Amino acid sequence: MNRQLNRLAVVAVVLLTVLIGATTYWQAWAAGDMKAKQDNAIQRVVQFTIARGLIYGANGKTIFAANVKKKASGNTLYFRRYPHGGLAAQTIGYSTSARAQTGLEESLNDYLTGSNTNLSGAFHNLLNRLGQATVRGDALHLTIRPGVQSLAQRLLGTRCGAVVAMNIHTGALYVMASSPTYNLNEVENNGGYARILKIRGDCQGASALYNRTTQGLYTPGSTFKMVTAAAALDTGAFTPNSTFYDPGYCTEYGQQVSNAGNPDQGGREVFGHLNLSTAFEHSVNSVFCNIGKQLGAKTILDYAKRFGFYRVPSLELPGNEKYASGLYKYTRRGRVLTDDASKADPGRLAFGQWTMLVTPLQMAMVAAAIANGGVVPRPYLVQKITGPDGSTIKRARPQSLGRAIKPQTAAELNQMMQLVVQGGTGTHAQIPGVAVAGKTGTAETGVDHIYTAWFACFAPADHPQYAVAVVLEKQENGFGGAVSAPIAKQVLEALLGR
Amino acid sequence: MPAPGAGPLRLSLRNRELFYLVVVGVITGVGFASVYIADKERISGASLTYAVFFFALYLAAHIVARLTVPLADPYVLPIAALLTAVGLTEIYRLGQTDAVKQATWVVIGVVVFAVALIGLRRDYRLLENYKYLFGLVAIGLLFMPLVPGLGETVNGARLWIHVAGFQFQPGELGKIALVIFLAAYLREKREVLAAGRLKDWGPLLVIWGGAMLVLFATDDLGSALLYYGIFLGLLYAATARIAFVAAGVGLFLAGAVAVYQGTPHVRDRVANWLHPWTTTKVLCPTNGLMEYRQDCQSYQEVQSFYSIAHGGFGGTGLGNGTFQTASGHQIIPALNTDFIYSALAQELGLIGAAGLLLVYMVFVLRGFRISLFAGDGFSKLLAAGLTFGFALQTFIIVGGILRVIPLTGITLPLVSYGGSSIVSNFLVLAGLMLVSNRANADLGAAR
Repeated sequence: MNRQLNRLAVVAVVLLTVLIGATTYWQAWAAGDMKAKQDNAIQRVVQFTIARGLIYGANGKTIFAANVKKKASGNTLYFRRYPHGGLAAQTIGYSTSARAQTGLEESLNDYLTGSNTNLSGAFHNLLNRLGQATVRGDALHLTIRPGVQSLAQRLLGTRCGAVVAMNIHTGALYVMASSPTYNLNEVENNGGYARILKIRGDCQGASALYNRTTQGLYTPGSTFKMVTAAAALDTGAFTPNSTFYDPGYCTEYGQQVSNAGNPDQGGREVFGHLNLSTAFEHSVNSVFCNIGKQLGAKTILDYAKRFGFYRVPSLELPGNEKYASGLYKYTRRGRVLTDDASKADPGRLAFGQWTMLVTPLQMAMVAAAIANGGVVPRPYLVQKITGPDGSTIKRARPQSLGRAIKPQTAAELNQMMQLVVQGGTGTHAQIPGVAVAGKTGTAETGVDHIYTAWFACFAPADHPQYAVAVVLEKQENGFGGAVSAPIAKQVLEALLGR
Repeated sequence: MPAPGAGPLRLSLRNRELFYLVVVGVITGVGFASVYIADKERISGASLTYAVFFFALYLAAHIVARLTVPLADPYVLPIAALLTAVGLTEIYRLGQTDAVKQATWVVIGVVVFAVALIGLRRDYRLLENYKYLFGLVAIGLLFMPLVPGLGETVNGARLWIHVAGFQFQPGELGKIALVIFLAAYLREKREVLAAGRLKDWGPLLVIWGGAMLVLFATDDLGSALLYYGIFLGLLYAATARIAFVAAGVGLFLAGAVAVYQGTPHVRDRVANWLHPWTTTKVLCPTNGLMEYRQDCQSYQEVQSFYSIAHGGFGGTGLGNGTFQTASGHQIIPALNTDFIYSALAQELGLIGAAGLLLVYMVFVLRGFRISLFAGDGFSKLLAAGLTFGFALQTFIIVGGILRVIPLTGITLPLVSYGGSSIVSNFLVLAGLMLVSNRANADLGAAR
């Protein structure tokens, strides 16, 4: 009988060995997959045992995201609180117990939870865990200036729109205001999320959750003339003094495209003889229409690409919260980017109508590049990341996205944009003692007298430092120069310390 | 009348046992200490007295063994002590009130163990004479939960009874009775069975039919699998006819398919096993809504995978695991009974969980060694049946948790919370020690 007993023993040992193998599978092989599962109730708790890194404003004092400590079932848990709930809400984002995340809370989660550290950091965390000390995440120090951000949001009020302000040399983003906004602390309140979804602002448009600075795609209207003029001058085809005759319309495909419908045009309806600089100053559509026809849509799009169009901006927000600017077409799969110049109407593209859609961030980048002598700065939000011990883990290194236009072209555009503010369509942006350069835009929305009002500018024009782009949605008879320029002016004043 | 030369052996065996028990006592102390350190705010230092109490209890068991079965294998008692200690520590960590009950059951278990040793110290083989009685008892215990007013359905399976406020799983004790019956019956009939004489198969077919009926009636897949596995294992050991085992497996599969077709509860278990995660919503029977399966039927299993995976290589440490949501709800139901392995795997990690399984393996190997060295057929089959049942039960529950086989609720021997389980496994321990004591005594006498 012993032979059978031996075999039975082997069966029993094999069964138990299978169990050791299966345990190894779950704890070593599948552990990563299991951790990533959305319904993992343990991870939902474990995330709270980590003290997430704080998120600071540029002044080093304002805290956008903090933690509240609570004792629960023997664990010390850390829950997220946003002391300035609605300030830069879409950019900061939220991190909930259901592990839903947005904004920087999502894209920099690895730093905030201390899981993206070097080897010594990982070792330190392991020791912390074994010693039951709390694992602490890294802190983010943003480029956002809380005071100016707050001012921009106040200026926007209940109107739908966005304000972006950046350093023209480094690309550091000082303001990322998207309106309407919402209180980040409300997300986890009972019924709070549903209430947030109901916030629609004056425009009754897209939700407050939406980051209009990087996700808002708007028809640029006349602000796009910055790009067209850049192409016109940089290719050498035109100079600021090139003369045109404006009959009050432009002929395209045998049809007249009238200036009369141009809400942005300052001054007379028919200018007659004028030069490029004056046409830019008064935003005369027929002139740009003819320039577009002569340059062709492809050249204009090529210059747009040099300014960063057609690329998803590289700033630290999650990939699904920032869009590329460019020509869009509507397909069965929804809105898609297209750079097929052969299908574009060069005349309408030249003054920013057609199917061109841009983000406020992109227009700020165009203004910044012109101010920066033609070099496009790479926008960023995080100045530095510091570890729990205060040591710097990562510091932003300002980079450029390359040269868009020659310094000469940039200087000429700078002059032309100053004229816009001095005596053209953008006089509301004047700041006493400071030269401001800007360009207005009033884009048609398809509904009569309802416009998207733009203003893109930089200052001081002689020694540029800051670029600002402002957009307001669905403005009834609201022109860029009248409604958006004053906001840009006050933001610039705050940035300049006036 | 021990033979000359048996003296030193006797001393050495029991002293070894005592030494290992001291080691286990120290491990227990360390375990409770780490639970205490992890949760000072909730637990008082008095928890450490658990370790002392525990050691004293096993010291008592040791003394009984020293007096009644001096030549028994010195490893099985300390290993059983270690397993109970691991279980008790984890149960204590999960909830103090259950730990007090479990400790009480361990005391009862040790008393039953002592009574069994004392009662059967002269010759346990007299059990052989009552084999049909044990057979009837096994069947009777299995059917007990079906008696109206006595049984209760837990997790879709009807395997509990209530007597005077006590919850009891009679199937656990039935296991012991079944092994005694099978060992005695097969010892007597092994030659004629091997020859294939049909009328000798009667009682065995009754057992098969009984197990299948129980399977149908109580939906207790785990116990049916265990009973049937023990039956086939012992049948093979006694007759050496692998064809019988093959036929038995075939019959079992046929029965299982029939049950699968006929029982929604069993179909659910299999679906949970094959597809614990769904990407589309399926009907959730508990609330009648469309849900992802991982949020409904397979919630327990899936959260248990997460628990095990969270342990990783080194575990979170005793007392540091996460078993509750931020708002204090327990994540995995039945954590200290069916799912205690996933709690242990999280806190002890791969090192600890594999170590625990190795401890089971050592126990099983000692059990088979006892069986191999036993002098007579009944003793061999008895020890082998008890050991194989122990191993199989471990496989059924842990394999179910690890998704090796469909999950069926059954206890992890000596570790899970549950009185019937503790008591029956102490009887397993007593049986093994009785058999090995006799075998070693015979060997000593023969020398």
